[in-house]
Amino acid sequence: MERTSPAQPTAAEFDRRNLDWYIDKLVQILVFIGGISAIVFIIGIFAFVTIEGAGFLLDDFSFKEFFLSPFWEPSDEDAPEYGILALVAGTASVTGLAMIVAIPFSLGAAIFIGEFATGRTRESLKVLVELLAAIPSVVWGFIGLTIMNPLIIDLFDVPVGLNVLNAGVILGLMAAPIMTSIAEDALKAVPDRYREAAEALGATQWEVIFKTVLPAAKNGLLGAVLLGVGRGFGETMAVLMATGHSVNIPDSLFDPVRALTATIAAELGETAVGSDHYQVLFTIGIFLFLVTFVINLTADLIVRGIRDQ
Amino acid sequence: MKGKYFFAIAVTTLVWMAGLTTHAADRQVIQNKGSDTLVNVAQAWAEAYVTVDDKVAVAVSGGGSGTGIAAMINGTVDIANSSRKMKKKEINSAEEKGVTPMEHIVGYDALAVFLHQDNPADTLSISQLKEIFGRGGDYENWSDLGLEVPGCQQDTIVVVSRQNNSGTYAYFKKAVLGKKGKYRQGTLDMHGSKDVVDLVEKTPCAIGYSGLAYATDHIKMACIMLEEGESCTRPSVQTASDRSYPIARPLFMYTNGEPEGIIKTYLDWVLSDEGQCILGEKGYAPMKEVSC
Repeated sequence: MERTSPAQPTAAEFDRRNLDWYIDKLVQILVFIGGISAIVFIIGIFAFVTIEGAGFLLDDFSFKEFFLSPFWEPSDEDAPEYGILALVAGTASVTGLAMIVAIPFSLGAAIFIGEFATGRTRESLKVLVELLAAIPSVVWGFIGLTIMNPLIIDLFDVPVGLNVLNAGVILGLMAAPIMTSIAEDALKAVPDRYREAAEALGATQWEVIFKTVLPAAKNGLLGAVLLGVGRGFGETMAVLMATGHSVNIPDSLFDPVRALTATIAAELGETAVGSDHYQVLFTIGIFLFLVTFVINLTADLIVRGIRDQ
Repeated sequence: MKGKYFFAIAVTTLVWMAGLTTHAADRQVIQNKGSDTLVNVAQAWAEAYVTVDDKVAVAVSGGGSGTGIAAMINGTVDIANSSRKMKKKEINSAEEKGVTPMEHIVGYDALAVFLHQDNPADTLSISQLKEIFGRGGDYENWSDLGLEVPGCQQDTIVVVSRQNNSGTYAYFKKAVLGKKGKYRQGTLDMHGSKDVVDLVEKTPCAIGYSGLAYATDHIKMACIMLEEGESCTRPSVQTASDRSYPIARPLFMYTNGEPEGIIKTYLDWVLSDEGQCILGEKGYAPMKEVSC
């Protein structure tokens, strides 16, 4: 210990708060805000929707009427009716049909891209699928209105072509690309040694896929389907244009229906802010938020589960 | 509909800018907002009024009757346009905020019942319409009315209506289905009068209603009987004006209390022969007979 104390650097000398230090801190804070912004937004949106819908929820809300009555007439002066059963039926029937259309398409596409296609084919297919996912929903709605509508009238000899079938097919085509991407990820997550082991046992390529890869990717594929359902439930514009916008519990594919989202989109603009009608639309918003939240969360947990294995 | 808004905004902006460049200081603005049914007429009035009094500018915007009334309640407009009467609830909430809405009828609009051109139905009574449009109504097929519609093999009546916050929807409900009446389930709810006309034009099985101003040459308008077996009346500017057509609705402008100053002068001009002629040109029925 020859050294004298002045040569020893003090804590204050280490603590150099120059410009670089401040920039560093600032960037740290910005990145942190960016990181948590999604959480802040989702809580903020939920709080906003709940506050706007709270008046109705507290005063006029009747669980029985809201969920079990098919009559939606919120603008009636004397006896307004706030039943969303027909709207839920509309959304559910369209989403259901969309899944029937989308599941074979997206599974087939995912299996082809993931298991069969190689090199350039594979890459260009992946890009095309992603491009398909980027088509704006109003364009899909336009296709439903101008191409599907007359086609359905001609093919099935029904009076109006805006119905469950039209919206279901459109929505199915819209959901398929997203489901394809996620399903393909799930197939990719299956380790190659599974395939090699199956092939070593003498399995054909089809047997490898159906008996080994698909069962192993089961959870991821289920997650893909659930995300598709979430997409269907929340889709607005295409559904607004292609369903016929009719409050109705469908009993055939050719019945026009109306979706929950489309109801909010069509009616919110012209209601007086704070009126009962305005508030009940926000209550539908809360319901939609909760349903899509649960669906997406479940899907996410399932997909995450497969990745962690 | 969008086009109308842009047009309205563009013209309003032009009027406003013209005001800025000429005599900004002594120019007064009347804020006018509401019904989409009335927005074309209101815009035409605002444009023509510049030639009457260039010191007053009328700023017009649409958005629907409910929007205009809400703005009146909040005190942000001078005149609210509405194609329906204000509801009791709305008047109450206006009074709570110290606004006393005063109603002025500025014209009439005949609601025509539209049918496909090939539809053999010509006369319909109000009670028949009630069975077609009303909840629990008996007529679900054209054959229930004793009709066979060419091109409509399924025979089902496709009922075309409007979205439930439109003034047209509310008036037709009151006039045809009665005060307690409700529309049937499964009507196709269109988002504008033009959409109703477009759909009925293309669909042999369809029936719908909309303002007379939206009628085209390719669509049929039913002759309406007040009671079964009586003589029927066709919708026209004339029959709406003399109130002989049973489904004609008044068009309103609301002011806060008795109008005064420039607002009174403007409303008086709207009701004058000149103002009513402009209304007539747009396909609506003037309050009284005017020679243009």
